[in-house]
Amino acid sequence: MKKIIDFEVIEKRSFPRAALLRLHCAQPLPAIRGGQFVQVRVDGCDKAYLRRPISIHDVDYQNNTIDLLIQEKHEGTKALCALPVGANVNVVLPLGNGFTMPEKGDNVLLVGGGIGIAPLLYFAKTICQDVPTCAPTFLLGGRSKDDLMLLDRFREVGEVAITTNDGSLGEAGFVTQHSLWNTKKINKIYACGPMPMMKAVAKLARERGLWCEVSLENQMACGIGACLCCVENTTEGNVCVCKEGPVFNIERLLW
Amino acid sequence: MVKTEIKLKGLTLKNPVMTASGTFGYGEEYADFVDLSELGGIIVKGTTLHHREGNPYPRMAETPMGMLNCVGLQNKGVDYFIETIYPRIKNYKTNVLVNVSGSNIDDYVTAAAKIDALENIPAIELNVSCPNVKQGGMAFGVTCSGIEQVTKAVREVYHKHLMVKLSPNVTNIAEIALAAEAAGADSVSLINTLLGMAIDAETRKPVLSMVTGGLSGACVKPVALRMVWQVSRAVKIPVIGLGGISSATDAIEFLLAGASAIEIGTANFIDPAISAKVAKGIVEYCEKHGVEDVNELVGGLII
Repeated sequence: MKKIIDFEVIEKRSFPRAALLRLHCAQPLPAIRGGQFVQVRVDGCDKAYLRRPISIHDVDYQNNTIDLLIQEKHEGTKALCALPVGANVNVVLPLGNGFTMPEKGDNVLLVGGGIGIAPLLYFAKTICQDVPTCAPTFLLGGRSKDDLMLLDRFREVGEVAITTNDGSLGEAGFVTQHSLWNTKKINKIYACGPMPMMKAVAKLARERGLWCEVSLENQMACGIGACLCCVENTTEGNVCVCKEGPVFNIERLLW
Repeated sequence: MVKTEIKLKGLTLKNPVMTASGTFGYGEEYADFVDLSELGGIIVKGTTLHHREGNPYPRMAETPMGMLNCVGLQNKGVDYFIETIYPRIKNYKTNVLVNVSGSNIDDYVTAAAKIDALENIPAIELNVSCPNVKQGGMAFGVTCSGIEQVTKAVREVYHKHLMVKLSPNVTNIAEIALAAEAAGADSVSLINTLLGMAIDAETRKPVLSMVTGGLSGACVKPVALRMVWQVSRAVKIPVIGLGGISSATDAIEFLLAGASAIEIGTANFIDPAISAKVAKGIVEYCEKHGVEDVNELVGGLII
């Protein structure tokens, strides 16, 4: 069930162009699947009238907290990244469909680019819990090492491979150029990141006949399938990314 | 106990709050947030005779205190509505109104006649004011003769409450409202979105795929309020007010300006529970001000 909940920022870590907010609420959290997102109201920012859709980076049901890893893009996300500890945040959650859970025996690769790494952590944790034999591998890419935050958190959950465009961390190049594609056994890919990256990953997956889901971030207004603004043209026509997605199997996409 | 019931011809609302077409889906999308039985009515997504894919992405641009959209009436057509959606929503404990649109008069008439046969739909809102459809849509709503033609034609086949939704993109909205009234409308709702535009200065390109789109949200409220006031003084049929209503106070202002009921639109995106809150807030206002019946507020502006 979707809820509107008032959270409080109880912890914060700032990065050069992003922030990690830990939000706590008094009531029990609704059940959240990896790849689902929240709609955050931006208070006190006259440039942000609508809520901001943010992916869920981590969830702690015991302590009623969710973690949001937010990139400063425009005024709205800048205001969210500037929220101090103690601030109240109104959140609608959980939204969207989330990633499809892999099955026993799957060799899973989670590919993240830039801020697109955010939802992969929680999804990987749910994989480890639900399909313990399935050890997910992360392949995380950024322009430089500054784009790749919180790597320790990812390393606690699975093996982490890295590419940076400038070679400042991991292998130089794009995620699709990493050497693991030739050395590692993979049959399921989950990707979230900038459009060119996801297109490149989808192309690679098609060439190799691999199952692949991607998480889109089309611009949204309502976040619940009412306004029909965030549509993606799919094999079934225009569908709402917020409701039918944000996760799509590449078979459904026209790119 | 404050009386909140609003009686329109063939349509009784338990309170003056409805949700605006295109902002509330089919109600189902909001069922987790709002007890629909607390609303006067919901007006479901614009429905056309045939399936429409709508316009390409991007369809939305955020603006100061508002947003532009160019969705373009994406819907699966009236038959799909009747076969698939209506059975799911027909037992809601609120009025379900269908917003009907078209690109020519025959399409409006055929779609309206099909909906006339649905027992649990007490009214339609005739959309002659969508700015995002190339043919028809707003074209009918911006001239007196256009609105008269389409209203008259639909009136002949539609026997329940016929609400006509007016476009603000006209020189004199009172004249348009009078034309709708003369052609047989039972009420008019206003305003639909204001035609607007957004440009990305970095790329020199329009933000919206259709270049222009409809402006909605808190920013349009003063324009909407003025038009509701002008129209309510011109026509004898009830006026339904909408445009930027985001709180009970906003709703009260529309009632005072002459609206018999109101619709909440874009504010549903910011607070999915806002519609029921506004309904409660109207009662609180009445209690605070010693108003026994919400109808006393309608047109109660003191000048």
